[in-house]
Amino acid sequence: MINFNYTIWILLLPFLMFIFLGLAGHKYFPRFSGIIGTAGLAIITALSYITAYKYFFLTEKIDAAYQKITAANTVWLQLTDKLHIDIGILLDPISVMMLVVITTVSFMVHIYSLGYMKGEKGFERFFAFLSLFSFSMLGLVLATNIFQMYIFWELVGVSSFLLIGFYYQKPSAVRASKKAFIVTRFADLGFLIGILILSFNTKTFDFITLTDPSGSAIAQGSGIAFLGLSVMTWSMIFVFMGGVGKSAMFPFHIWLPDAMEGPTPVSALIHAATMVVAGVYLVARMFPIYSIAAPVALNVVAYVGAFSSLFAAVIACTQTDIKRVLAYSTMSQIGYMMLALGVSGYGGHDGLGYMASMFHLFTHAMFKALLFLGAGAIIHAVHSNHMTEMGGLRKYLPITHMTFLIACLTIAGIPPLSGFFSKDEILAAAFHHNKLLFAVEYAVAGLTAFYMFRLYFSIFWGKDTHYHHTPHEAPATMTIPLIILAIGAVFAGFIPFNELVTSDGKGFETEIELIVAIPSVLIGLLGIGIAFIMYKKESAIPDKLALTFKYSYKWAYNKFYMDEVYLFVTKKIIFRFISEPVAWFDRHIVDATMNSIANVTQNVSFRIRDFQSGQLQKYAFVFITGAIMLAILFIYLWK
Amino acid sequence: MNTGIPLQYFLILATVMFFTGVYGFLTRRNLITILMSVELILNSVNINFMAFNRYLFPHKMEGMFFSLFVIAVAASEAAVAIAIIINIYRRFSTINVEDAHEMKY
Repeated sequence: MINFNYTIWILLLPFLMFIFLGLAGHKYFPRFSGIIGTAGLAIITALSYITAYKYFFLTEKIDAAYQKITAANTVWLQLTDKLHIDIGILLDPISVMMLVVITTVSFMVHIYSLGYMKGEKGFERFFAFLSLFSFSMLGLVLATNIFQMYIFWELVGVSSFLLIGFYYQKPSAVRASKKAFIVTRFADLGFLIGILILSFNTKTFDFITLTDPSGSAIAQGSGIAFLGLSVMTWSMIFVFMGGVGKSAMFPFHIWLPDAMEGPTPVSALIHAATMVVAGVYLVARMFPIYSIAAPVALNVVAYVGAFSSLFAAVIACTQTDIKRVLAYSTMSQIGYMMLALGVSGYGGHDGLGYMASMFHLFTHAMFKALLFLGAGAIIHAVHSNHMTEMGGLRKYLPITHMTFLIACLTIAGIPPLSGFFSKDEILAAAFHHNKLLFAVEYAVAGLTAFYMFRLYFSIFWGKDTHYHHTPHEAPATMTIPLIILAIGAVFAGFIPFNELVTSDGKGFETEIELIVAIPSVLIGLLGIGIAFIMYKKESAIPDKLALTFKYSYKWAYNKFYMDEVYLFVTKKIIFRFISEPVAWFDRHIVDATMNSIANVTQNVSFRIRDFQSGQLQKYAFVFITGAIMLAILFIYLWK
Repeated sequence: MNTGIPLQYFLILATVMFFTGVYGFLTRRNLITILMSVELILNSVNINFMAFNRYLFPHKMEGMFFSLFVIAVAASEAAVAIAIIINIYRRFSTINVEDAHEMKY
């Protein structure tokens, strides 16, 4: 048995760093806090890699399957004898994989931020928050039970809120941070309800007990029905609602594009690579329950994922803010992962979708972080977010250009880059399960290639824009992470995920199915080709097309008016028809009752306060009068 | 033992004195006058003690002792009360009870 006790430090170190930088950073070393934070994260990254190596290659397998290991566990809150909330560390293939993803991307983002955030006000605060985020995200993936996951789930929400609102003097950033927090918090309400239903029926929070496919937890609760669905299905749908909020799936996606108000490294770390995939991770974590006890909930996952990916891809084609294009692209790719989970079965080759989803999560983290960091380098050089103000940048930013191109090819699914492999597995899984979903994802693959290369050509080719200052390549602290991530994006596809991360821990054989792979590459190339014609050189085609499809273009450009729908629902319906009557009731009934009680009391006491004159002689008069009356009473009447 | 004066006369005198004292205690605003009223009440009680002792239990001395006690206590009480009154006068330049209301509200 290999000793995993040291993994506790993976969790503790970022937390200590947060406290240390948060309390002492500002006062004692505002300059060096970035270095300290990065060094700390380097240690955590090293520990995670060691853990991954030991877990995947040195730990004994039982029945050729990777086992779940509880590396540390302590009872945190004892509710009843059986029901208790623990804090601990659970190692299994997906959590170890997430360790690698989080620490790698986080480490890259730390290095990148050293250059990007240099000289910013609140430099040390930024790194303290990054440490807080790393802590909460690692706690989330290492959670041994669903309640611990929920706690850290909220913590990542808080750190996301803090980092989106990093420029707290900018009203738009403050608005965005509030929006992100409130929307995800609303979705988390569903998560909490789901946890309560689940634990009420299974009498446990523990993941190992819950997700044991032959265990008793799954059998319980699947029988009792409510509105035609089993209780387990309901709880899983509610749990998924939390995932929908955190992963920015339709209809809770509205916070993600606004979250781009945060500093770009934050967008890369939180809103592209790690936190937003927490919803996917959640479904993957509960996957045996979804697959065995709640197939209806799993279908919900699949359709929500498919719809979100299509919806976001269409919007992404019309946006001009490069970070927003990337945000919608993230939403679309996460839709892919959700869909892959939704079409997956449990165990062996049936679990292809599960494996593909985790695979895509891994590769997506690499290339999407790369895209965002590249976008950060571009914004750093041009001082603008809008691609209409860019063009011809390939001459000025050679390294950024190369890495950005690699990332775009990867996300478009061009072999042999990593995106091709993971996307191909997803499409294959969908193809065998549901032809409709496959068709949707197939179209999305083409759209993805189109909008990514629209972005690429508009920024690096297209018209020669005149810049006030000649744009210059970013410093080495920013380009080195780009190069490392680009290497990751190129080669991550060769990691044998089918051996390592599977639904039941056992490896299985996969092969590239040409019937799926060839058309998907072709549609990717088609998307690139269209983008090439339209945006390689300045041309009138895009404007003409926009004019021809005036209304549909306008709808997509305005994000299908989802924000307006939300505003309408909240302001016109909820505020007017629920909040206002409630406020009226509160003001005119509840408050009025209390006020009238107070008024009556005050008036009465105003009248009778003269009795309390403070004049001893008056009291004495009353006392003596009383005494005399009593005397008369006793003498004459009490015979 | 018959001195010719009936017991009732003593009691009437004491009652009149007592209610005079009570009336003065309740109506006067001058601290000295209030103190004098209290003395009047105490003395009416003394008369009662002495009269009852003399008429009802001529062979016992308790009533007299009580009177002596009351006189002694009244004397010390007067001393303390006058000290307080002097202090009040120094502070407020008045000995009217209604003006000394600093701690009232």
